[in-house]
Amino acid sequence: MSTSKYETVIGLEVHVELHTNSKIFCGCSTEFGAPPNTHTCPICLGHPGVLPVLNRQAVDYAMKAAMALNCTIGDRSKFDRKNYFYPDSPKAYQISQFDQPIGEHGWIDIEVNGETKRIGITRLHLEEDAGKLTHVDGGYASLVDFNRVGTPLVEIVSEPELSSPEEARAYLEKIRAIMQYCEVSDVKMEEGSLRCDANISLRPYGQEEFGIRAELKNMNSFRGVQKGMEYEEFRQAEILDDGGVVVQETRRWDEGQGKTISMRGKEQAHDYRYFPDPDLVTLHIDDAWKQRIRASIPELPDARKERYATEYGLPSYDASVITASKPLADFFEESLKYTSDAKAVSNWIMGDLLGYLNSSNLELSGVKVTGQGLGEMIGLIEKGTISNKIAKTVFKEMLESGKLPEQIVEEQGLVQISDEGAILSIVEQVVLANPQSVEDYNAGKQKAIGFLVGQVMKESKGKANPALANKLIVEVLSR
Amino acid sequence: MNISTQDVQHVAKLARLNLSSEEELVFTEQLNAILQYAEKLDGLDTEGIEPTTHVLHLSNVMREDEQRESLPIDKVFANAPEHEDGQFKVPAVLE
Repeated sequence: MSTSKYETVIGLEVHVELHTNSKIFCGCSTEFGAPPNTHTCPICLGHPGVLPVLNRQAVDYAMKAAMALNCTIGDRSKFDRKNYFYPDSPKAYQISQFDQPIGEHGWIDIEVNGETKRIGITRLHLEEDAGKLTHVDGGYASLVDFNRVGTPLVEIVSEPELSSPEEARAYLEKIRAIMQYCEVSDVKMEEGSLRCDANISLRPYGQEEFGIRAELKNMNSFRGVQKGMEYEEFRQAEILDDGGVVVQETRRWDEGQGKTISMRGKEQAHDYRYFPDPDLVTLHIDDAWKQRIRASIPELPDARKERYATEYGLPSYDASVITASKPLADFFEESLKYTSDAKAVSNWIMGDLLGYLNSSNLELSGVKVTGQGLGEMIGLIEKGTISNKIAKTVFKEMLESGKLPEQIVEEQGLVQISDEGAILSIVEQVVLANPQSVEDYNAGKQKAIGFLVGQVMKESKGKANPALANKLIVEVLSR
Repeated sequence: MNISTQDVQHVAKLARLNLSSEEELVFTEQLNAILQYAEKLDGLDTEGIEPTTHVLHLSNVMREDEQRESLPIDKVFANAPEHEDGQFKVPAVLE
């Protein structure tokens, strides 16, 4: 691969579905997964003569999202028709915003390899979502479900300031976190409430002019976004290396084949003939309205990350990982109501919790453990009721059943044995059964102690207090 | 502003209209006549007047975020030439 000769330039368009109860211009439900076309009406089906009326909550959410991305909110905003024929759009136009978007000139900070980089956000505008097509009859016909038509969306357009697939992924993850913190969307890529298209081009280092770009669609996961762009970098570099010219076109990421595929028939330049929607009047956004929305913005991921470092002394890496997801950060804080050892909570989250979630491909909502459970469990370790080793068993049980640790410890008889007499008798047995280790110890091999402690733990089914076992072994051996 | 036959062909293509060459000429002429008529507005002094997108003195017309009943499914398909499995059926657009 020869991408090193070229500088990659990426700009992202991120679509975020706003989780209002009803659609943006009619009262149909926005619920995901209903039987096809059962959430439709003459307005969202685009029947003639209907009058769309703007959902106030959608505007509030869009303003909140724009402010959280440091955008300037205009005093005026309006809606325009974007004209195109495609069966996912029943009106043959999409109601969107052209020259007066809700927000402009924003930015977010991303962190890649320990370095912070500021990425500009060109604009954020409000629009309606399209329907869903399923191709049938060997590709000759499509079935159309219009349930999603009219779901409020914000489109967030970045400046072409991302320089690698990794940065693009970090940017997308940051956008997701911010939207999640603002509670304007449930941001589930797998359900399509967070979607991403990319413009990507390469240019030789030092060249000011942008190279010819490809537009990349259909990247349905964070991994897909990164993989799709890595493939595209490679593909374009090969073309340029051979002295060729990249074709400006739309390409689809095919996860199964692991490559991007040209989408035929889209070569013609788009001519959307935007014009102001005559059915929707102008929005005047006054300072009082802006103030009200600004006041509703909660603490955002960067601020929380900063606070975790100063208030709890968490390492920057831990703080980034935990604050990247609002439910995880809330879980962390909930745990700290039950223990004061923030670093221990962080270790359990970063290790056992995230390890489990990643390996079983689950979100936090997919497991039953609570912040209270983790906090109390750390308390039990501190008090010596259970060992760290037993705690792993308890934690696993909490993930699955959601029971509190004390109940688990009691039900399964997991209380650590800290009674000297009880441990001593196990120690004596172990010492008798392992003369070789005793000899090794007497010959000065300290490591033999570790082996003997291990045997005591095994005999006690993990319940012996390891520190006490260690101490007693040393005593017995020096008799 | 002048509309050329090429402009008419382009707009017709975007609107999925098939025009004969005679029709292209007729519409080129008519569209030019309409635009010329509208050009009379250029004679007005609009200094200091904000661009108008609506003649109504209305702004911020919004509704609360409340659900209302959707159409019964048989009515959804009342005007559909074809439907299958609760979905509209349309010729595929090749990608």
